Amino acid sequence: MPLLSVRDLTVEFPTRRGVLRALDRVSFDIEAGEVLGVVGESGAGKSLTGAAIIGLLEPPGRIAGGEILLDARRIDNLPYEAMRHIRGRQIGTIFQDPLTTLNPLYSIGRQLVETMQTHLRLTDAEARKRAIGWLEEVGIPAAAQRIDAYPHEFSGGMRQRVVVALALCAEPRLVIADEPTTALDVSVQAQIITLLKRLTRDHGTAVMLVTHDMGVIAETADRVAVMYAGRVVEIGPVVEVIKHPAHPYTEGLMGSIPSLEHRVERLRQIDGAMPRLNAIPPGCAFNPRCPKVFDRCRVERPELLDAGVTRAACWLHADRAAARSERATHA
Amino acid sequence: MLAFIVSRILQAIPVMLVVGFLAYALFTFVGDPVTIMLGQDHTEAQRQALIHQLGLDQPFFVQYAKFMWAALHGNFGISFRLAQPVAGLIAERLPATLELAFTASVLATLMGVPLGVYTGIYRNSPLARLFMVISLIGVSLPVFLLGILLILIFAVALGWLPSFGRGPVTHIGTWWTTGFTSWAGIKALILPGITLGLFQMTLIMRLVRAEMLEVLRTDYIKFARARGLSNRAINFGHALKNTLVPVITIIGLQLGGIIAFALVTETVFQWPGMGLLLVQSVAVADIPVMGAYLMLIALIFVVINLIVDLLYYAVDPRLRIDRRTATGAR
Amino acid sequence: MSGQTIQAPRGEGRMARFLDSDLLYSFRRSPIAIVSAFVALVLIIGSVGAPWLAPHNPMDLASLSLLDSFKPPLPLPDSGWSNPLGTDNQGRDVLSAIMYGARVSLLVGFLAVGFAVVVGIAVGLTAGYAGGALDSLLMRIADVQLTFPAILTALLVDGVIGAALPKSLHTSLQLYVLIFAIGISLWPGFARTVRGSTLVERNKDYVMAARVIGLSSTRVMLTHVLPNVIGPVLVIGTLALGNAILAEATLSFLGVGLPPTEPSLGTLIRIGNDFLFSGEWWVTIYPGVALVLMVLSINLLGDWLRDALNPRLR
Repeated sequence: MPLLSVRDLTVEFPTRRGVLRALDRVSFDIEAGEVLGVVGESGAGKSLTGAAIIGLLEPPGRIAGGEILLDARRIDNLPYEAMRHIRGRQIGTIFQDPLTTLNPLYSIGRQLVETMQTHLRLTDAEARKRAIGWLEEVGIPAAAQRIDAYPHEFSGGMRQRVVVALALCAEPRLVIADEPTTALDVSVQAQIITLLKRLTRDHGTAVMLVTHDMGVIAETADRVAVMYAGRVVEIGPVVEVIKHPAHPYTEGLMGSIPSLEHRVERLRQIDGAMPRLNAIPPGCAFNPRCPKVFDRCRVERPELLDAGVTRAACWLHADRAAARSERATHA
Repeated sequence: MLAFIVSRILQAIPVMLVVGFLAYALFTFVGDPVTIMLGQDHTEAQRQALIHQLGLDQPFFVQYAKFMWAALHGNFGISFRLAQPVAGLIAERLPATLELAFTASVLATLMGVPLGVYTGIYRNSPLARLFMVISLIGVSLPVFLLGILLILIFAVALGWLPSFGRGPVTHIGTWWTTGFTSWAGIKALILPGITLGLFQMTLIMRLVRAEMLEVLRTDYIKFARARGLSNRAINFGHALKNTLVPVITIIGLQLGGIIAFALVTETVFQWPGMGLLLVQSVAVADIPVMGAYLMLIALIFVVINLIVDLLYYAVDPRLRIDRRTATGAR
Repeated sequence: MSGQTIQAPRGEGRMARFLDSDLLYSFRRSPIAIVSAFVALVLIIGSVGAPWLAPHNPMDLASLSLLDSFKPPLPLPDSGWSNPLGTDNQGRDVLSAIMYGARVSLLVGFLAVGFAVVVGIAVGLTAGYAGGALDSLLMRIADVQLTFPAILTALLVDGVIGAALPKSLHTSLQLYVLIFAIGISLWPGFARTVRGSTLVERNKDYVMAARVIGLSSTRVMLTHVLPNVIGPVLVIGTLALGNAILAEATLSFLGVGLPPTEPSLGTLIRIGNDFLFSGEWWVTIYPGVALVLMVLSINLLGDWLRDALNPRLR
């Protein structure tokens, strides 16, 4: 049974010009201890998915359909207080910008202790000891001395390590990391990713890693979900998705990444741009830009279909899926 | 820390010098003290005599220097209107204004801050909306009109509170007078105190609310929520602390506004303070009083600014590390 | 298929775009904005059109008769429809006096704010665009002035100029002195905001592009930066208008504003204050109510405008 299960999640924003659907029947699972990468362009809905899962959608956004299940129990319809106990304790979060994520007026020790004492029964002394332990685990030198320091006394990379500690200190089973390295220098990015990998492996924490950087996904994730215009268009083991993309959009994404191994004259670009939320075409959202488009694509929206090892929302695989199920029934 | 204080004091000195210069320029170029003191009909000889006596025939900068030197010793010249030393006049009236300002500030802060926090957190509750409406009226109602209304209701119609004056006062020390020692004195403080304080209270309330709303939208509050902290911890711990830091400084600066608006309140209630003195002086162009008032106000503001800066320094840990940020942080 | 309900925009053209704009939408949805705009409109029309709309002319000394003095307002006994709000000690109709007085108050308010806006924009644009020492100097001046409450600045400026002018010119110029004094007390707020916006715009690419093409600094400032700072100026201007009117009323009440020959609402309140204790409350209270209504509706409009123009506060 998967740890987290998102089924047909739909998120809408009522505006004066009508209702905008930002997430349209998004579905995926995360198993305990695995790292699921969620990749896509800006605006594809990756961060929104994370926000919806922990129940922190900014109004007027709201969940308009679907379910979110943690350990097979629904969490999308819980009242605020019940959800609050899940946040931090069952599901931790890492945000993008360490500069603005930490309260500048509280010492990092205090922020750690406060988080732990909210969720775990600890005395002040125990909590403080654990806080120092966490700081050491994330690699802050001289943790015992620096625990009372303020966020502005740390560099960007160090701050993000503190954020990682804060996300993990209540010992959640799942961490949603929303662009954890985007705001950092390249050299620091690698350190944080390594840290995240190590810690989550050591503590058996699952990770939903949201990013637009395929390189990070390739390094870190076990499986990856590709999002486009509020939908999941492909999902599968990371090696497969990268090497043998089944959806034309994923293909385009992989093709546009420069590679050290092959020489190309020009990087392949996908023509056009991701549609705005109020102008999503009928049928498959990618159809105006797809080099392999045919009639059915423009009319019917494809579900995630079996495409071999991965699953892709593309009618190109309809025949194979149908054939397979045919063979299954006749077997 | 010490270096910080010293540098702020050093910065204040040129400000005082400039204000003194302006005040003295007032003296010299505006109005004709000789005519005022001697009356319209005076001979040229009398004029020259008085000019020489007052030292008005000396070069400008010499006069300025002498003026500043005298000011440092508390000598601001003689009032044209009342023919008394200005310093004495001001000393006589300062306690009245300060007590009034103190009462009003305390009222304004004690009511304004909690109301601001409440309307910031529960922004859409009916009670919060009511407070906002009241605050809007408070900002649109001129201080003098409020005073008149209060007098009409509580003094004329109901007769509970005195409508003017300060009531009995007792002398403390060499020159201070206080109204707090008698019940009648306190009653006299109530209406003017409310009048002066209400305006400030609504300002503080709207300020605290606006700041609270801003803070509640920040990333660190979002992160706090994502960590599952309780609403109480978020609203009254994280958000409140971050709200109060800029608010403290602004409340301090508002103190100056109270001292200034006191002059309107003093006029309505015939409160014998500095503000009333100033208004009476402006009406007849009594320059020495105006000049002295200007310098005194400047001094008060400079001192208040210094205290506010120190408070900011004490409360915000970011400033202790990087002093360059401190001066730009406002 | 995608299940979205979207309305088509209402056609091209500037009028169509305005009608469809977020601003108008927000206005229509806010009953407070509508009501206060209505009230403000009534007050403005009543006051600007006073010479034509007022039932009596309180300035015309010949038409006054002491027999009419202290008539109470409706519905008290001894009142009449010719003076629905009563009369004052000289027989002047309070309603007409209010209309004329509001006219003066509005005039002073608008002109003072206009003055402050012009000075503030000029200083703010220059400071923000030029930067460096000039910027520091100008902002220091603005800061120092900002620490003093506006009313105090206005009072002192008014007093100083009043003392400097010979007596004969004093009364005839009093209106302009007052406008100048209040305007001077308000410019720093505008300057700071405009400077802030200018700093933001100056670093944007389109400004750099314009300079690369070779447009002069002034031209870039006026044609490119200025339109972008109009929004915040408009918000502050509306709120400043309320403050200016209050400032004028306060100064007139203190006796250093407008003389009784050209009374504003503040002057009227001051005159009426003397009769408060003897029971003729209407001479003071009605002008007071008019003043509060005027400032309140302006403030409400300003608040709504600020929220409507602030994309984050939705």
